[in-house]
Amino acid sequence: MTDAIIIGAGHNGLVCAAYLARAGMDVLVLESGETAGGMSAPRTLGNDYNFPGLAHVTYPVSSAMRRDLKLDYYGYKPGPAIDTIALDAAGEHLTIGPGTATAANLSESDAKAYTAFRDQYLAFAKALRPLFDNKPPRLKDMPLGDLTTLAKLGWNIRMGMGRETMYEFLRVAAINIYDVLNDTFDDDRLKGAIALDAVMGSAMGPRTPGTVLTWLQRLYGELNGPLSLQSGGRSQLVNALTQSAEDAGATIRFDAHVDKILVDKGKAFGVNLSTGEMVKARLVISNADPRSTFTKLVGAPMLDAMFAHRVTQIRGSGVVGKLHLALSGLPEFTGLAETQLGNRLLVSPSMKYIERAFNHSKYGECSEKPVLEITIPSLHNSGLAPDGHHVMSINVAFVPYALEGGWNTQKQTFAYKVISQLGQYSPNLTSLVVDHEFLTPRDIEEQFHAIQGHWHHGELSIHQSFMMRPLHGAAQYDTPIERLFLCGAGCHPGGGLTGLPGRNAARRVLEMGGAKK
Amino acid sequence: MSTTEDWATWNTYKVPRVVDKLPTEYFAVRSGCSVMDLTPMEKYRVTGRDAFTYLDRLVTRDISKLEPGRVTYVVWCNDDGKVIDDGTLFQLSENDYRLCSQHHQLDWLLISAAGFDVTVEVETHDVAALAVQGPTSYSVLTAAGIDGLDDLKPFGIKNLECRGFPVMVSRTGYTGDLGYELWTDPSNALQLWDAIFAVQGQYDIHAMGLDVLEMVRIEAGFIMPGFDFNCAESTVRNGYDRSPYEVGLGWVVSLDKGHFTGQRALAEEKSRPPRRLLTKLVVEGNKPVGEAFIYAGKNGKLVGEIKCAIWSPILKANLALADIDCNNGHLPEKLWARFDYQRELKWRTDWAECHAQTKPFYSPEHKSATPPARF
Repeated sequence: MTDAIIIGAGHNGLVCAAYLARAGMDVLVLESGETAGGMSAPRTLGNDYNFPGLAHVTYPVSSAMRRDLKLDYYGYKPGPAIDTIALDAAGEHLTIGPGTATAANLSESDAKAYTAFRDQYLAFAKALRPLFDNKPPRLKDMPLGDLTTLAKLGWNIRMGMGRETMYEFLRVAAINIYDVLNDTFDDDRLKGAIALDAVMGSAMGPRTPGTVLTWLQRLYGELNGPLSLQSGGRSQLVNALTQSAEDAGATIRFDAHVDKILVDKGKAFGVNLSTGEMVKARLVISNADPRSTFTKLVGAPMLDAMFAHRVTQIRGSGVVGKLHLALSGLPEFTGLAETQLGNRLLVSPSMKYIERAFNHSKYGECSEKPVLEITIPSLHNSGLAPDGHHVMSINVAFVPYALEGGWNTQKQTFAYKVISQLGQYSPNLTSLVVDHEFLTPRDIEEQFHAIQGHWHHGELSIHQSFMMRPLHGAAQYDTPIERLFLCGAGCHPGGGLTGLPGRNAARRVLEMGGAKK
Repeated sequence: MSTTEDWATWNTYKVPRVVDKLPTEYFAVRSGCSVMDLTPMEKYRVTGRDAFTYLDRLVTRDISKLEPGRVTYVVWCNDDGKVIDDGTLFQLSENDYRLCSQHHQLDWLLISAAGFDVTVEVETHDVAALAVQGPTSYSVLTAAGIDGLDDLKPFGIKNLECRGFPVMVSRTGYTGDLGYELWTDPSNALQLWDAIFAVQGQYDIHAMGLDVLEMVRIEAGFIMPGFDFNCAESTVRNGYDRSPYEVGLGWVVSLDKGHFTGQRALAEEKSRPPRRLLTKLVVEGNKPVGEAFIYAGKNGKLVGEIKCAIWSPILKANLALADIDCNNGHLPEKLWARFDYQRELKWRTDWAECHAQTKPFYSPEHKSATPPARF
């Protein structure tokens, strides 16, 4: 009998599979789609245009993981390191590199402040390493391992940082990034760019409490290396993970859609596929989002009533839309040289701009002036598009899952609106668009089986973080159903291409005895 | 009817504590026939294709043997296996049940309904309910015009008639005596009351209040969630709620049936020795021991406290229910109550030895006789 079934070959599922296979377990990954990688899997538009996936910019995975799973050996190479360019309507763009911010009209004090600010927050992120790297401590009946995590965390914060820095950390940890950035900087472009990183993927504006924490969560990745582009080629993470898992003995089956987790006497013992096939295993590990896992696959009747109810209260209405453009040539951006177009471009000119764009989504509307994160991956990998052609990958923030009036009639209009808005920065863009694909959170829900199409499988708000992620009772990867585990972004420490939930889940499985009877 | 004007509020209704005289009402239950309006009791109608599986997941008991025309006593717990409330479950027909409870439960019932094809509706104010209890209750109801009670067994339900209007009769009650609960449309309620009191000349029938109910339910050994212990989900302090095992309801827990809320927690609890027990005590002496601490021996270690206590006229004894800590899974051998009482406004303190028992204090044979004795 298979030791462990993993539902979903998204990157966390693959990481979990690779770790468990290496520990000697017989692992079967069941993937509903035709390829591995989930939201990080490369995709094609038409026949000729390729995109790196829903995720286009990422940080490298940790060196520990690269070592453990021999990812470099299997071809993994973090994509090209890129800078961030905050676009300005008047053409006075701001460039943010690792630790530096430069612009023709950026004040010296802001430039200095940026370096100091990043250093401080990187220090904060480093201090949080014990928390991100381990399962969140359980507060009730805390076992020794969790106590150690808390102790390390406490030490890092108190001793590692020094008292002054600790006070500053405690002051800002739970508050909003808008206030912090206003305290630190003057330049709107700079603040807009930093704030975007704090909110992209979340239903939060810069003024939402908890956005310092979400920014730290994102910044944490920088401890592994610089921000890089997913190149869409062989060296992409998903390929190396697949090979690493399979080489260690894991099997991945595609077109295998799980529609039920089988439970008997409080223990999971296998799954049913939509074809009717039953697959048994000693353990079931779900990389699907927690709400899908518990309400659809397990079903409320097999759970305790209050737990089932709290699952339905998990907040996670998707807010990012993905716009893919197939272009017949390289667009020109006013004020940018061609050599700069390979970077991450942001349309996020100020924090107020972001907040207003967020406002619309709260009421089920499309933003009047959308917030955008843009890359042109074909500049790094010409294989993504035909000769001379290009692909543009755009994250559109604050695209509501539930649009007033529904998406069917408004999707096309909104996509064109975004394109024409970008046209303000790139006058010839519109004329170059030969095809496009716009994925709303509804489309993402449908295609990736993530309820409400949320990137992180659930909001990264404080009340859904750490020992409350995805909810109390399932925050350490095991669940109230014996032999059923969670390993996806809906768990600690959340989304992003980190592989941490998958690895932590694998550790938890092994810590709890693996597949032994 | 009320001479005392001593009213309590039960679920937004005004209910008498004492209608006229406490001893009269007590002896109506124990030697005659008492009548009490149960309309304020929470009633929920549960219907739908998944009504059975929904209820079986809600309550701790295996209800697969329940069938139309039968009632059963049930308890339901939260995820942690702590008692939320208890009640009676009536199966009226296929996929059609009535769940009665003391406390408002709609929230919990609706939360529990997710994933089931079931409808839960509040019927509290749409069904008039009357408790008719006492050794002559069978004779009274028959004389009042309700035919067909002679073969109604305990926990059975029958759809009968009274003077031309339909009345559902269940042989259930909270008094531990022979008795029935009558269910009818509110428009028939007054007629039903009048039909019963029309035969008051032949039988000693009295309306009774909550104070007597408290006495007789303790005599019968029935617990009252919210009074003898805190109901889970509304308990604030950690550890102040109770599992069914801790309140003597282990017999209502079927661990080996399909999944029910709290099962995992209860299985874990069962694997360990019990830590405390709500225990029936007969307390020596005749001083009132309502509020008292329990010790393992006179001047011994504090082990518990009395939750409710009464002087039982029919047994001529002090009866109490007490929450007592176990020692290695067992109740202490010696149990003493230390209590304070007043004599002409002066406080005194005293000790009384207590004797624990598991059987109901008062359980007369006539309560289950079918047919019951005629008077």
